[in-house]
Amino acid sequence: MSNEKKSGVPEKSEHGLEKQGYSIGEILKQRGVSRRDFLKFCTAMTAAMSLPASFAPSVAQALDEVKRPTLVWLNFQDCTGDTEALLRAANPTVGEIILDILSIDYHETIMAAAGHQADEALEQTIAAHKGKYLCVVEGSISMKDGGVYGCTSGRTHLEIARRVCGDALATIAIGTCASYGGIAAAVPNPTGAVGVSDAVPGITVINLPGCPCNADNLTATVVHYLVFGKIPVMDSKGRPLFAYGKRIHDNCERRPHFDAGQYVEHWGDDAHRKGFCLYKMGCKGPATFHNCPTQRYNEKTSWPVASGHGCAGCSEPQFWDTMSPLYRRLPNVPGFGIEATADKIGLGLVAGAAAAFAVHGAMSALRKDKEPQETKEG
Amino acid sequence: MPKQPKYKHYIWELPVRINHWTNVFAIVVLGVTGFFIGSPYSFGGSASDFTMGWLRFIHFVAAYLFAVSVVSRVIWSLIGNKYASWREFFPFATSNGRKKMVKMLRYYMFLDRKVPETFGHNPMATTAYIMLFGLYTLMILTGFALYAQHAPGGLMYRSLGFMYAIFSSQGLRLTHHLGLWLIGGFIINHVYSAVLMDIKEHDGEISSIFSGYKYRIKKPE
Repeated sequence: MSNEKKSGVPEKSEHGLEKQGYSIGEILKQRGVSRRDFLKFCTAMTAAMSLPASFAPSVAQALDEVKRPTLVWLNFQDCTGDTEALLRAANPTVGEIILDILSIDYHETIMAAAGHQADEALEQTIAAHKGKYLCVVEGSISMKDGGVYGCTSGRTHLEIARRVCGDALATIAIGTCASYGGIAAAVPNPTGAVGVSDAVPGITVINLPGCPCNADNLTATVVHYLVFGKIPVMDSKGRPLFAYGKRIHDNCERRPHFDAGQYVEHWGDDAHRKGFCLYKMGCKGPATFHNCPTQRYNEKTSWPVASGHGCAGCSEPQFWDTMSPLYRRLPNVPGFGIEATADKIGLGLVAGAAAAFAVHGAMSALRKDKEPQETKEG
Repeated sequence: MPKQPKYKHYIWELPVRINHWTNVFAIVVLGVTGFFIGSPYSFGGSASDFTMGWLRFIHFVAAYLFAVSVVSRVIWSLIGNKYASWREFFPFATSNGRKKMVKMLRYYMFLDRKVPETFGHNPMATTAYIMLFGLYTLMILTGFALYAQHAPGGLMYRSLGFMYAIFSSQGLRLTHHLGLWLIGGFIINHVYSAVLMDIKEHDGEISSIFSGYKYRIKKPE
């Protein structure tokens, strides 16, 4: 096969990303993925990147020619939910693109090697491809007490992240934990958990928060890198604009019910069965930036709001702390107990002021004041 | 004709009075619409209604009106008469102002029977107003920060970038929500104090915000 001639010594692409042997198009052909499926995938990715459809041929051409990059996947303080989301991606072609097209040289969950063999594989990979590989990080990094609360094979996650992410061309923080610390960083944050960009400052990090991250957004980010040779444009929280540039509320399929004034008042009520807006049930769509309404999950089957549950705001920093309570519009006021809502406190404040001034008024009315000296009635 | 006339003094210039009543109008509209935006009733009979849409539209228009009104008052504090001046709002910064404040506070706390004859602003009131202006600023900034989220990357969103760095999205909502209750508490204080001092000082305190004139025994300087 002609492909074999191309393998062997890794060659360097114009983007500085080191690619291995075969081009993505060639590998797909080898794997029996039809040209039609490949083009469908390219079109889906073009849409995911918020590019016009006319870009699809460019994406296809670029993926046809580009060589597969080396990728290392690190698991830190996490539930492996992002790996799960990826492995269970309903569309086999997409899964194949990610797992086979990218040369995943190290992934603790899916690799065959274990123990010292695995450590060696990681060392070899980063030594051979220093500064030219992509690193995907899943899970938060413990910073407290030197990072001892999160260790793999005797080394702290902080140490591993500094070494592996520090030598990578770019790091993709997949999921909310890797992006902003996630559940581990929720108050009281016993392990001092932070996201990658806080743990290893100064490196190039692309945050793909979400619980779990939408696998399509990960694929689109990698495809963007392969097609354009640079990381996508990001917002102030380090998230690609193509996936996190719009508020859920503004693209929500239930938005007409919000504007009309039709709300679910109780779970299972008539309004809930009719699919009205979940605003009053504590939906955090108005506070959350993510492409869930358009991209959806599981081969675009569904997403929380479509299935009748409000958005939890999982792609926002510190969402465990700032977005709770899950089923209320507003957060609790710190220092006033769990059940005290902002309105109860406000009402108490206004009633207190009214009562105080009523008492003052009564006392003032009963009191005989001295007039300014010059005043005389006449 | 009484033996001892009171002299009338022009205190509140027309722009100050217009500003006051614009604020009253805007705050009432913002408060009512804001309350329904925060915890709406299911007004909508069908999906083609637009009740929340209109409530939000009115809220946003009133918000612009209020913001312009507040900024205008700040500008007027630089060009208006001495009673409108920004100096009035920091009575605690001068020894004379502090003396007046103590007098007023003693009267309010029933420690003194002598009614202090205030001219222009009551020093306790301006102290409350400077805090109120802080609250207005907070309400305008949190409100427009929430509003600008519909167009991330837009000019307003980028200008308010520092707000998103200080507050989480939900933190913006909570602050904006609690701010209204604080303004509600202020209104009770404000109306009560104005009525009280109108009764006690006989200076036309209440009518002054319509006419601009206050009355007192001393001649104008």
